Amino acid sequence: MALPQRDRTRPIADSHVFDLRLSWKGYRINKLCNSLSEAANRDAYRADEEAYMTRFGLSDDQKALVRARDFTGLLDAGANIYFLLKLGVVTGNGLYVMGARMRGESYEAFLATRNDKGAV
Amino acid sequence: MGRIIAGIGTSHVPSIGAAYDRGKQATPAWRPLFDAYVPVREWLEELKPDVAIMVYNDHGADFFFDKYPTFAVGASDRYDIADEGFGVRPLPPIDGHLEFSQHLCESLVYDEFDLTVCQEMRVEHGFLVPMHLCFDHTPGWNVAAVPLAVNVLQHPLPTARRCYRLGQAIRRAVESYPADLRVVVLGTGGMSHQLTGPHFGKMDKDWDQDFLDQIEHDPDSLCELTHQTLMERYGAEGIELIMWLVMRGALSGRARRVHRHYYAPMTTGMGLITLEEPV
Repeated sequence: MALPQRDRTRPIADSHVFDLRLSWKGYRINKLCNSLSEAANRDAYRADEEAYMTRFGLSDDQKALVRARDFTGLLDAGANIYFLLKLGVVTGNGLYVMGARMRGESYEAFLATRNDKGAV
Repeated sequence: MGRIIAGIGTSHVPSIGAAYDRGKQATPAWRPLFDAYVPVREWLEELKPDVAIMVYNDHGADFFFDKYPTFAVGASDRYDIADEGFGVRPLPPIDGHLEFSQHLCESLVYDEFDLTVCQEMRVEHGFLVPMHLCFDHTPGWNVAAVPLAVNVLQHPLPTARRCYRLGQAIRRAVESYPADLRVVVLGTGGMSHQLTGPHFGKMDKDWDQDFLDQIEHDPDSLCELTHQTLMERYGAEGIELIMWLVMRGALSGRARRVHRHYYAPMTTGMGLITLEEPV
């Protein structure tokens, strides 16, 4: 066996490292997010979120996380952050909005922690 | 014959692209970043590279986890701009260099790098932000490009050492190209950033500055680091920095540093280093 590159007993920043286990677990969520790279699919999503989630085979638990805009829950369920950003676009939740929620802060409180919030 | 003339390490943060498209280059918060690239563009105008090899990662614009290549190289005469989820950015398509790309793929595979060869590839911010920071595009880009995408999203990722060795193999490929060709290699990504969990937005400017020191003077010390150590220093997403090692591996020990810059306004350390080979 090659030199191990990761130590799973030491989590990074109290969060997940996106690996094959998470990717398998969150495959349908990520596949849905991936489809949102096409404008017509973004329109379809906005027109009927429930139908769109069903079309991509999301489980009831996964659908509930999407409905709640529970980004931490979605990451726990195997969403990849870069794919989740596409869901953020269609639901009006940008990266910093998601991040503030992950930190348990308001958007304004999060921005106040930055070196120069003018660079949003 | 082909020759590597320079290397660039640079961040590819998507917000830089959004600021660029909205004309925010001169605002107080963005000026330090954009101003740092003015001398880089002037320097490249003087160097006149024919080809830029852009080592970057796709963030879900063109690749999905159904099939996810560790290393993917473009072998096309043109690369379209991808829709990342918010529409297609107003940038001209990228000119490829088909003949050189095909040579690069042959050379790398026979050098035992088992690549995914892509005859269609759409490029996104990981590729585009460094392009418009470093190269002019009015009306067309002033350099041809070869995209080289690295898996830094879905672990297992290539090791830091493997990335450096890929760079060394790129140098051998360039130097075995039969025609005169001036090549610049860009390694992109990072620097420190953590985009998930309760420490979202965590950066480490001291480790970022250390990386800028080591990539110039002692890249071998970086090759020895595991993904675990890299992520503990730079954050889970900061692992992108392994792509700078591809660039460094393609440059010689005699390359001298020309530019260096660092800026960290929001959630990602934005670093820049340029290296030039002696004539």
